[in-house]
Amino acid sequence: MPDVKPMIEIRNVSRHFGTFRALDQINLDVAAGEFFSLLGPSGCGKTTLLRMLAGLDTPTSGTISIDGADCTEVRANQRPTNMVFQSYAIFPHLNVAENVAYGLKRMRLGRVEEARRVDEALEMVRLPGFGARKGNELSGGQRQRVALARALVMRPKVLLLDEPLSALDKKLREEMQTELRTLQQSVGITFVLVTHDQYEALALSDRIAVMFGGQIAQVASPMEIYQRPTTRKVADFLGGMNFLRGRIAAEAGAALTVETERFGTATLTKPPGFTASGGRATVGIRPERLRVLWDGERAEHELTGRIANRAYFGETTSLSVAIDGLEAPLSIVETNTFGADELNIGAEVRLAFDPEALVLMADPDAR
Amino acid sequence: MRLLSRIRWLPVYLGAFMVFLYFPILLLPLFSFNTGVVAAFPLKGFTTRWYVQLFDNQVMLGAAWNSLMVGLAVSITSTVLAICAARAITRYKFPGQKPATGLIMAPLFLPEIIVAVSMLLVLLQIGIQLSLLTVILGQIVFCLPYSMSVLIAGFEGFDRSLEEASLDLGETAMGTFRRVTLPVVAPAILSSLLVSFTISLDEFLLAFFLSGTETTLPVYIWGQLRFAAKLPEVLALGSLMMTASVILLTVAEIVRRRAEKRVMARGGPNA
Repeated sequence: MPDVKPMIEIRNVSRHFGTFRALDQINLDVAAGEFFSLLGPSGCGKTTLLRMLAGLDTPTSGTISIDGADCTEVRANQRPTNMVFQSYAIFPHLNVAENVAYGLKRMRLGRVEEARRVDEALEMVRLPGFGARKGNELSGGQRQRVALARALVMRPKVLLLDEPLSALDKKLREEMQTELRTLQQSVGITFVLVTHDQYEALALSDRIAVMFGGQIAQVASPMEIYQRPTTRKVADFLGGMNFLRGRIAAEAGAALTVETERFGTATLTKPPGFTASGGRATVGIRPERLRVLWDGERAEHELTGRIANRAYFGETTSLSVAIDGLEAPLSIVETNTFGADELNIGAEVRLAFDPEALVLMADPDAR
Repeated sequence: MRLLSRIRWLPVYLGAFMVFLYFPILLLPLFSFNTGVVAAFPLKGFTTRWYVQLFDNQVMLGAAWNSLMVGLAVSITSTVLAICAARAITRYKFPGQKPATGLIMAPLFLPEIIVAVSMLLVLLQIGIQLSLLTVILGQIVFCLPYSMSVLIAGFEGFDRSLEEASLDLGETAMGTFRRVTLPVVAPAILSSLLVSFTISLDEFLLAFFLSGTETTLPVYIWGQLRFAAKLPEVLALGSLMMTASVILLTVAEIVRRRAEKRVMARGGPNA
């Protein structure tokens, strides 16, 4: 992150509903021009946090600053933020152009300038000439674009997106993901996206905050958060992970020498918040970091096992390989380039792994 | 016996029902054009005399004007009050919500004559002069539950994020109500205006007990029925009122359907 004042500063923000803590002491900075995602399961507080940025909800305690100005108490209609709602909230009594012009009306720009900005915004979301359409004449993807245009036309400092793609079918969703990313880069506005879809967050974001139970578990770039999750929960939420039991052999500062069952000894970095309980540690390796060895191929680090289960996904096959000495079978994802789809249940396979791919995770629930 | 069991009873029932309900109403215009003073067959001849007489009758015209004014005042006031109440009930959770709703809806179940007599007693006790104003007040209480049921249904289908989107786009709370809430629930508001207007128009008991020297049409008609010679005029008046309400309801329904169609997008009511 560049060393400038962040666009959004969230300090010790809590939100309590009665005794329920929807948000608990949140601290977060979002840089100007950043595409930032709040990722987590439903009920983790991500939407509450987004609504606070919009001014549709107020923190019980703590402060929120946008572009250097404290706006904790500033109402939604006075904030330099605009939102794309999950339901899109297209005004049903207005046509597309009137929807997009809704917020401009209060600026009294004059008819010509207003029309120009509406056209420009519709152009930006690739809906030129749709101005006269009614909301009910639009498809889901088009409604989403109108909601986007209606927010962007206000030229906000921060654009807030509440699960904007969740109502679209898979193909359209992937298309809109690419478009959203391109759009963000071209307008240069800070985007804050709320999603429960880890692939969406990984594909779109500069940085991701993973949230559980009203708290932020980890903030990092997509690659780092996927490859170096600091807790077991984060690792699990972001995709498949083989969890292994390790024993701490030596400790030197942040570096731990961990002896992992069947995977041997490796030096791993201690994640923040990590506490070893009785010398035990939770180690993980992502399924795609394990590789099937074909024919005479050899690798420095090998494991031998039998295929316990398999699932065919077209371009990939997901294998479950039972290894002697491991409690749970290892899951592996193999592209079908070399014939992973032809392996039968019960067949013996050799697997290769790179000890670099092992991660050490904090696991407060471990026995 | 076999023949009897072969008769399809549902159409017979339907036929009897329709005759009982609508035949008397059809007789109304028929006799209003009859030359004879007595409403009985055979018809004597065609005349428009009763209608001419009706429009020369200043007392009747006054009563009609009163009804119109009372109807407008009642429908507008009860709709405005019901908009506020229905929005509060559908939007917020507050202590005493259920009892409050129950109390507003209660006049629907209370015998109207009891309500009318109690109101009369209270008004007399306080020393308020009976007038069209007291009729209006009484009828508002009576119409509120009808307006409420229509508007609660309208507000319940309303997507809250529409209002939030409006706020988010810089509009004030009042502006949001005017630019988003009102237009979106317009069909329900129109229904409420119409329902309360028609109820007020033919409401008799409250108007009878709570009016002073000036009366509304139903009370006037009731008074005229004592004079046999006035019957044809009353029939003419009844025919006119019927025609007017059919036209009014038809126009209103067309307008309402249009408004509803406009709003029927996803994100609007019934989303």
